[in-house]
Amino acid sequence: MFGKLTIEALPLYSAIAAGGAAVTVGGALLVAIVLTWLKAWKYLWTDWLTSVDHKRIGVMYIVLALIMLLRGFVDAIMMRAQQATALDAGGYLPPEHFDQIFSSHGTIMIFFMAMPFMTGLINLIMPLQIGTRDVAFPWLNAVSLWLSAAGAGLVMVSLVIGKFSTAGWTGYPPYSGIDYNPGVGVDYWIWAILISGVGSTMSGINFIVTILKRRAPGMTLMRMTPFTWTALCASVLMAFAFPAITVACGLLALDRLFGMHFFTNAHGGNMMNYANLFWIWGHPEVYILILPAFGIFSEVVATFSKKRLFGYESLVYATAAIAILSFTVWLHHFFTMGSSANVNAFFGVTTMVIAVPTGVKVFNWLLTMYRGRIDFHPSMMWSIGFMVTFVIGGMTGVLLAIPPADFLMHNTTFLVAHFHNMIIPGVLFGYLAGYMFWFPKAFGFELNRGWGLASFWCWLIGFYLAFMPLYLLGLKGMPRRMETYNDPTWQPYLMVAAAGAVVVLFGIASMVMQLYVSIRDRRLTADRTGDPFDGRTLEWSTSSPPPPYNFAVIPTVSDREPFLVAKKDGTAYQRPASYTPISIPSNTPAGVVLGIFAFVLGFAIIWHIWWLVAVSAIVMFTTVITRSSDDHAEFTLSAGEVKRIEDERFRELGRRA
Amino acid sequence: MERHGLATYLIGFVLAVVLTAIPFWLVATHALPPQRLLLVIGIAAVLQVLVHLRFFLHLNFTTTPKENLLALVFTALLIFIMVGGSFWIMFDLHQRMMS
Amino acid sequence: MSVMHLSEHEREELETREQRALGFWLYLMGDAVIFALLFATYAIMIPGTAGGPTGKQLFNLNNAALETALLLVSSLTFGFASLSVQAGNRKAVLGWLGVTFVLGAGFIFLELREFAGLIAQGAGPDRSGFLSAFFTLVGTHGVHVSMGLLWIVILGAQVAVKGLTAPVASRLFRLGLFWHFLDIAWVGIFSIVYLPGLL
Repeated sequence: MFGKLTIEALPLYSAIAAGGAAVTVGGALLVAIVLTWLKAWKYLWTDWLTSVDHKRIGVMYIVLALIMLLRGFVDAIMMRAQQATALDAGGYLPPEHFDQIFSSHGTIMIFFMAMPFMTGLINLIMPLQIGTRDVAFPWLNAVSLWLSAAGAGLVMVSLVIGKFSTAGWTGYPPYSGIDYNPGVGVDYWIWAILISGVGSTMSGINFIVTILKRRAPGMTLMRMTPFTWTALCASVLMAFAFPAITVACGLLALDRLFGMHFFTNAHGGNMMNYANLFWIWGHPEVYILILPAFGIFSEVVATFSKKRLFGYESLVYATAAIAILSFTVWLHHFFTMGSSANVNAFFGVTTMVIAVPTGVKVFNWLLTMYRGRIDFHPSMMWSIGFMVTFVIGGMTGVLLAIPPADFLMHNTTFLVAHFHNMIIPGVLFGYLAGYMFWFPKAFGFELNRGWGLASFWCWLIGFYLAFMPLYLLGLKGMPRRMETYNDPTWQPYLMVAAAGAVVVLFGIASMVMQLYVSIRDRRLTADRTGDPFDGRTLEWSTSSPPPPYNFAVIPTVSDREPFLVAKKDGTAYQRPASYTPISIPSNTPAGVVLGIFAFVLGFAIIWHIWWLVAVSAIVMFTTVITRSSDDHAEFTLSAGEVKRIEDERFRELGRRA
Repeated sequence: MERHGLATYLIGFVLAVVLTAIPFWLVATHALPPQRLLLVIGIAAVLQVLVHLRFFLHLNFTTTPKENLLALVFTALLIFIMVGGSFWIMFDLHQRMMS
Repeated sequence: MSVMHLSEHEREELETREQRALGFWLYLMGDAVIFALLFATYAIMIPGTAGGPTGKQLFNLNNAALETALLLVSSLTFGFASLSVQAGNRKAVLGWLGVTFVLGAGFIFLELREFAGLIAQGAGPDRSGFLSAFFTLVGTHGVHVSMGLLWIVILGAQVAVKGLTAPVASRLFRLGLFWHFLDIAWVGIFSIVYLPGLL
């Protein structure tokens, strides 16, 4: 009846595991109680969970990302605490538990923090920047969101029921195969990734069609904002790279479920093909995450330097070049597999080549700042901190691109330091810059600057403290993922790294404080114009938060920075002679229902509860068929209603003037 | 939506049948040495894919939106990189493991 | 027909249809990448028979030829269904969809019979890496065809109930892309799996 699921699955075997489970369950209960107390369930359901509005979906993605950032950070600080005290079998975590923590940390930060954060920001801003009313497929957008949430839910549930994978975020076989990992941990990992991966592929397709087909009249490709360009390139990578991880994880699942031999030791399996397939996705994934962040930096640097972006064309071509080159470097993740010199040399050279367009962009930003009147808003500080730090990470990357050097550094903490040095400044700082930049657009009030700056400095200092020692440790030969070690010279470095994690903790605490203080003071910092930072592009021309239809009249574009030009010409904020009715896609519970049953489906497969697999699959099919057969999934906002909303907006603007 | 005539489908069908029959017949009769037969199978397959694209999926350079063509060319490039790269990597490895 | 002469509503409908066509096309391209990687994995695993049977001992040329014929003819009959949509002939659309369904179901029947035969003689997907790759590649195509059959039934019902309305015709167009795409994937399967395997 319940497959492999028994009472043994509860984490009562260790106090730490039970504590983790208690925090998870307690947190969920607390949220439920608060929602009930506020009587907010109905509002949450009708206005948010069933929404197909790209702005609300974007916000929900970002909420998911911030929650998972907390979870992933708890994993990180636990690892740092363990390694700082783990000399000669010290520490407080048993090996099995430590292995689960580093596996879930990587999985969460890539798939359930960075991916939703990026998808959320693109959802929130890109349609506004191209002057359209929604993405091409609003319902599909909701499905993508809820599939991501279902995957994140599976990772969280593994804290309470059963265990998570111990095979690292990459899940290499044969260790992740059924022979060496008979438990459910690897299955949790596989199904979380497969389910959320489907969502990401669909998001990619959705954004491509939106950007190619729904731009405002006059907005040629070369008039798109840098963020829209990077979103387009990242979406292309999402649509075409995610199939590879679907294949890699799908085949691993077949090995585990049906005793197949794709990646096993014996019976003709070929485990290195897993590494091959995984990294065909894995390297483009790095650029899926980082390109949109590059776009955000471009917007932020131009806005807060009060200058046009320097070298727009070169930035666009560099982005496109990176998108294609990112498909040609994947072997550098497994140089040590033992390929012949020619193969290694080819992928080493392509890896070095990809550094060139990335370097071009650094000059774009630097020269945009040059002689600009810089406003040191927190978003700008994230961008400056990124530029300095990212260049260091880029150089260690070029170092690792040389196969003989990689042979020495492979699997050491040098590598760990390198990719954190790319992803924390390059991806996370970018998204946080975007979060603080576009927050007023989403909610109608600004985030507190002081706490934002405090958060930035804690993150930056904490980052250097946490990861520079790991470079040195790597050079001293410390392998990654060590639960214990017996070289006393390593410990001081690991203690510094742990201190760095504590400083980052202060950075996260500052973000929480910033949110609290900003909500408390929201009337003081309200954004009545919709344009708090003297913005340059279309998203700032509409109100904050924008009306459900974004633009009462679709703007016509004749410049790369249309809103700035309109403000100079005095053509901004003009009222049209009359309004027309606007049709808007209706909300639907189909997306959230699909997400819930995708979660149930994954859970049932993990625990081999086959009847439940069948039931949830049938529910999902029925939901898709019903919704996609609906010919009237829209409602119309009358011209009078539009006029009422717009009158309100112009009253606000008038009061301000 | 432009209209596609009956003739398009029939021409496509006949071409596809011919391009299928040749390799099947050659394999059934072993009329060529294996290396050359593989080459013929490969050429017939590529031609048949093109026939399907042209006559069943109605791709052409006038009415097909250029985004669709671009996506197709990009996919072909990626498949070449991914499959060609995988072969290069894995057969290179195979050689070094066996000999 | 020029875009200029369309009403606001018609223009919106045309745009929606174009966006959906592009979106679906991109999905097919992603699917093509999945098939390409499964083909690559199959080719890499051909030597991995682990002392078990090889393709030459297992594959049956006649069966593969028959499957090919069914799928190719079904592509043609789907083409006839598309022509009938353009002609606005509802009965013909239903008829050709029915014929296509029968041909596709016949294909699935042959494939399942082949799989069952292989498993019965001890050459199931758990026998060797080679057979895992064979079953997964050909099976993935089979699952796609089965989805196509389900889709034919659903759209057949919509044609019967709603008639050839614009949304239904637009869905039939995308089903057509899907069905023809599956035939292309099958060309890959017989040219990479069955024919070279029988050399």
